[in-house]
Amino acid sequence: MNELSTLRPGAETSGRDVVTFRLGGELLAIRTANLREVLEPGAVTRVPNASPFAAGLINVRGAVVPLCDLRIPLRMPVAGADTDTRVLVLDLELGGVASTVGVIAERVHEVTRIETAALEEVPDVGSRWPAHLVSAVGRRGDEFLIIPDLDAIFSAHLGGAGPASANTA
Amino acid sequence: MSAPEIDPLFTAEAQQLVESIEGGLLDLRARPEDRQLVDSVFRDLHTLKGTGAMFGQSAMAQFLHDFETTFEAVRDGAMAVTEPLIGLSLQACDHVVSLLAGGPEEPGRRLLLALRDHVASARDREGPAGAGDGGSRWQLEFGLSADTLVLGGHPEAILDELRALGADDIRPLLDGLPPIDALEPETCYLRWRASLPETVGEDQIRDVFLFHEDGLDLTLAGPAQPGPPAPLDEAEMVPVQALSDGGLMRVSAVRLDEMMDRVGELVIAEARLAELAARSGDAQLVAVAEEIQRLSTGMRETTMSIRMTPIGSITGRFRRLVHDLTRLLGKQIVLDFEGLDTELDKTVVELLADPLMHLIRNAADHGLEDRGTRASMGKPEQGHIRLSARYSGAEVVIALSDDGRGLNLERIRARAVERGLIPPDAELSELETRGLILEPGFSTAAEVTELSGRGVGMDVVRQTIDKLRGSIEIDSEPGHGTAVRMRLPLTLAIIDGLLVEVAGERYTLPLAAVEHIIELPEVKARDGDATRFLDIRDRLVPYLRMRRMFSSPGVAGPHQKVVVVTSGELRVGLTVDRIIGSSQTVIKQLSPLHAELKMFSGATILGDGSVALILDVPQLVAFGQALDERHVA
Repeated sequence: MNELSTLRPGAETSGRDVVTFRLGGELLAIRTANLREVLEPGAVTRVPNASPFAAGLINVRGAVVPLCDLRIPLRMPVAGADTDTRVLVLDLELGGVASTVGVIAERVHEVTRIETAALEEVPDVGSRWPAHLVSAVGRRGDEFLIIPDLDAIFSAHLGGAGPASANTA
Repeated sequence: MSAPEIDPLFTAEAQQLVESIEGGLLDLRARPEDRQLVDSVFRDLHTLKGTGAMFGQSAMAQFLHDFETTFEAVRDGAMAVTEPLIGLSLQACDHVVSLLAGGPEEPGRRLLLALRDHVASARDREGPAGAGDGGSRWQLEFGLSADTLVLGGHPEAILDELRALGADDIRPLLDGLPPIDALEPETCYLRWRASLPETVGEDQIRDVFLFHEDGLDLTLAGPAQPGPPAPLDEAEMVPVQALSDGGLMRVSAVRLDEMMDRVGELVIAEARLAELAARSGDAQLVAVAEEIQRLSTGMRETTMSIRMTPIGSITGRFRRLVHDLTRLLGKQIVLDFEGLDTELDKTVVELLADPLMHLIRNAADHGLEDRGTRASMGKPEQGHIRLSARYSGAEVVIALSDDGRGLNLERIRARAVERGLIPPDAELSELETRGLILEPGFSTAAEVTELSGRGVGMDVVRQTIDKLRGSIEIDSEPGHGTAVRMRLPLTLAIIDGLLVEVAGERYTLPLAAVEHIIELPEVKARDGDATRFLDIRDRLVPYLRMRRMFSSPGVAGPHQKVVVVTSGELRVGLTVDRIIGSSQTVIKQLSPLHAELKMFSGATILGDGSVALILDVPQLVAFGQALDERHVA
């Protein structure tokens, strides 16, 4: 990296703030820029005939918000909710419309900063996860840290409505 | 080079201004001397130019600047408002709309040239003398009742009074004078034209005619400004004009939606509070909860009233359409309105604009006969189209009627059979037959015209009305005209809902669609298929098993209920486990992730804070039918 960014700690180019959480036995991270809040799961309303990815609705401070399960597209094992289960409330653009969604987390760890230099692209072959749905992989201690590509995951569930791809990775 | 991205805020504002300008121009056709109108058009042009420049729409700002310069000549009284000038100006409005949509700039240059030519030639004709006339004086023209002289009136006394007020240019207009052999010496044929200084008050002028009001025909145009406002026709007071007044302010629709959300939260929180207070048994807490309930009910009503918009706010474009159609079709068409102050939720009003445009186009193209035919039938040459709106309970009835040829039921029937919409031996009432023109793929136009009749249209009208949870009905009398009547709910934000339970899950049905509720007979309860028939009051009513439709877990209990709902002409039963009750339901839109699930029109938040889906009855019925066909196949 260039000298300037190492001279200025916290410069935007050197890293990003993320929230880390556990899902399907793996460690995942989502940018805090997208994170509105973390909630304890309340009553979930099942949406009949919806895809398993967005099978429920929750009440987030008076707004009806879809509850999404990243384990479905990332092909992870799905376990039932327990006392550690949380909902990450995210602000995203869905088909060009600013929307709020909830994402299930088996356990939320911390808000931290990861260095861009420590991230790698996912190899197309031999990866445990669908490569086109993961924007990068890093390391945290002796574990992998998966950064899911939320744009790719959500736009695949818009049923062809709205622009096909939003290049905001 | 691609068009710059246009700010939606600007687009919305610009469209309002363009509509206001168009409205002003169309009014000017009827009252070309009205200074107030000229000023209002000029002001809107100026605002539009300013906003355009502010949002970086330099091409538009430049075009408007030149357009405005032309119009300045009108404002300064250097030229009169003429039909061709209005035609050109309306085209200029179209060009602005095209620019807004990222259209090419080129047509603008041609338009400006045409406008400039027009101004130049008008100046030559009128000469500099014309310029001195307008502007800062009252312009009045009047005619008295024909029997004024018989009744002992003295027109010369009126002229004297006007002279006393400073009218030094009184001229008689002789147009009404008959040939000498038909002239009745005691009839008042003359009209007069005069101008008065701007310092004279309008009341003073009207006082002159105080004793001649019967049969008086007075047109009075105020001085440029300042001056007392010209009397505005109540029906013409569209909010776009009214908004610039003191007591009103413009609020972005997004904020209104946010406010409605907050009120929805408040209603929900209040329901929880009431529940907790009742459980605690604390009298003081219950009293506070009741007070909060009263406040939140008031808050909800006020907020809903803010969202209400008069139907008159969208009629500008209809007048423009009729103006264009008059020329295109070579028919004389008069469009009039009734009940323009009838208010509906803003979303409903906006969604109604396109269907109404289509209905007006249809009425003008297919409904109204051409001049010759009308004359031969003894009808006035001018065809009338009327848009009326009125309240009826919790609904608004909007009707579009014409005095044209009416619907030809035999032709409709023949066409429907030809298109396979009905079997040849179908027995239909007149109402049902007329309803066929709303079916997809139906079009009676023998030839496809430029205006209407591409086989789409009327079914789109029906779709929109369905989407707004309204109903539509067609009335027609051969030779006398057609009326399309639409009934719409006052609001889309909050509806009366019926809460039901299916396999422990709660769903809300729009109460307006519910006809009645019966117990499901024990024998039927054991059947497994999604649809079956029930014998209700000697009519076979198909019913859908909600458990199966929703792939619900578990098995139905013994006391299933059937909610009979109506969807258009169809009556369908829905089996549910339990009826919980009816309640006010705040409608929340579903996320785009669930857009393909058409059987849910939205969701709502219940008193305990959980979410319940709102069922879309027509879509649900369609889904049930599809499910059954798949099952049989």
